[in-house]
Amino acid sequence: MNQAQFEARHAAEWRDFESWLDAPGARKEAAAGVNPRHWPHRYRAVAHHLALAHDRAYGPELVDRLQSLALRGHQALYGSRGNAMAAVIEFIGSGFPALVRRESTLILTAIALLFVPLLGLIAILLRWPDFVHYLASPEQLLQYEAMYAPANRALGPQHKAESQLAMFGYYIWNNVRIDFQCFAGGLLFGVGAIFFMIYNGLMIGAVAGHLTQLGYISTFWGFVAGHSSWELLGAAISGAAGLKIGWALIAPGPHTRMASLKIASRTAVRLLYGAAGMTTCAAFIEAFWSSLRNLPVELKVTVGIVFWALFLAYFLFAGRDRDAASHAD
Amino acid sequence: MLDTLRRVPTPEGFELTLRLAGPVARALAYAVDLVIRAAVLLALSISLPELVGGGAGLLLIAYFLLEWFYPVAFEVWWGGATPGKRAFGLAVLGDNGAPVTFGASVTRNLLRAVDFLPMLYAFGLVSMLVARDFKRLGDLAAGTIVVYRDRPGVRAAIPAAPPLAPAVSLNLEERRAILDFAERHATLSEERADEVASHATPLLRRGAPPARTLLSIANHQRGGRPI
Repeated sequence: MNQAQFEARHAAEWRDFESWLDAPGARKEAAAGVNPRHWPHRYRAVAHHLALAHDRAYGPELVDRLQSLALRGHQALYGSRGNAMAAVIEFIGSGFPALVRRESTLILTAIALLFVPLLGLIAILLRWPDFVHYLASPEQLLQYEAMYAPANRALGPQHKAESQLAMFGYYIWNNVRIDFQCFAGGLLFGVGAIFFMIYNGLMIGAVAGHLTQLGYISTFWGFVAGHSSWELLGAAISGAAGLKIGWALIAPGPHTRMASLKIASRTAVRLLYGAAGMTTCAAFIEAFWSSLRNLPVELKVTVGIVFWALFLAYFLFAGRDRDAASHAD
Repeated sequence: MLDTLRRVPTPEGFELTLRLAGPVARALAYAVDLVIRAAVLLALSISLPELVGGGAGLLLIAYFLLEWFYPVAFEVWWGGATPGKRAFGLAVLGDNGAPVTFGASVTRNLLRAVDFLPMLYAFGLVSMLVARDFKRLGDLAAGTIVVYRDRPGVRAAIPAAPPLAPAVSLNLEERRAILDFAERHATLSEERADEVASHATPLLRRGAPPARTLLSIANHQRGGRPI
């Protein structure tokens, strides 16, 4: 068969495939009445034609055209696809808690890095209140005291625009960014993640300890109770994601450091999805629930404790059936 | 060896040839994106507080999204390229030449925070120069590469000449070279064209001008068919 015959025989197929490639994303999926397996089949045919054209030394133009068709086919067929919404629901329902259980060593390490300084500092400040001056300037302390003074009308950090929506935006911008920094800091052999964990633990502990020993219990603890579980666990899990990357570089095991980094990143980024989701929810709760002034402090603390209990149950039990299934494989 | 081509074999038995993009093109693309982001933010900061109460909160959310998810959204849903990358013909792909996945895109864009350290993407630049394939740290972790998108292969017209079958049979690379020569013929002086063409000794006939001979062979390859 010469080149002209070859082109004449397959031209219609190539045009057909090309028009499918040109169709925008959504239309590709539902090319009218065509069996979805048709396109991978066509793609392999084009790859075959490309090999033939090479082998038979057909003209460069034909080879280039087939090469470009094959390349575009590769891009179109190997892209990620699937139902994004279903994947999100699956992740929340079982994937995320299962992942947290699988990475429990790292998560517990990150929790320790965050909570040991936090709780330790509260204990120290209750015993020696003046210790706070090692950690914060008098101006900063006055600011925090003003935020949570029992005489206040509104609770929590106050900014010029005091609407709840404004605070929601601020918490998202600030707190989720801290999650991302913890994650990215892991790339510095874990040092960045460890630093952010301990630093945040110390800062939160200093404020909490100082305000507690001043007796601002109902305002401060009433304010933070509701979102505390979401925010602190979210921060710890993002730190664990950073530690995962750092540990992959320190102890790559049977892989090269590069390969180990790539493998660990795939897991770490999934931890970060969960952490960022939790921190976003925390921002929502903090802005629209925690700032409510007229509710009794008992109710707010109870809600906070219920959230902690629900998280414990969620991470311990959600998606267990799937664990068993994946172990059986 | 410094090589900006990366060949990726596919399961279907052909090789993808990807042209990797270096630091300069990528920095320029980043600068374009930076300007776009700044412009969007400026427009929002002027218009949002006018339109809705609590505009400050929405503005911070917009800032957050622009800062972290602007590249992710474009890379995943707009053919692997932010507007800046598109302006310079760049695109992000996975190591295997397939489109970048959501997870990989999030990974490479969040790790920008480290590439940026200690200032102005210094770590990222060093990583690009040291690692294979011009990868910054985020690319190493995510398993992604930045390549030049090939323009659709449109061949230029070649000067008409009476078709002539080559004296020896030519392989694909040789045929390509002859077509390339014919396409660029118009940009060369007559003497220079003859000088270049005179290297194709096995194809030339005594007494015929070398450049004209190669043009004739190129016309034969095109087979008189329209381009």
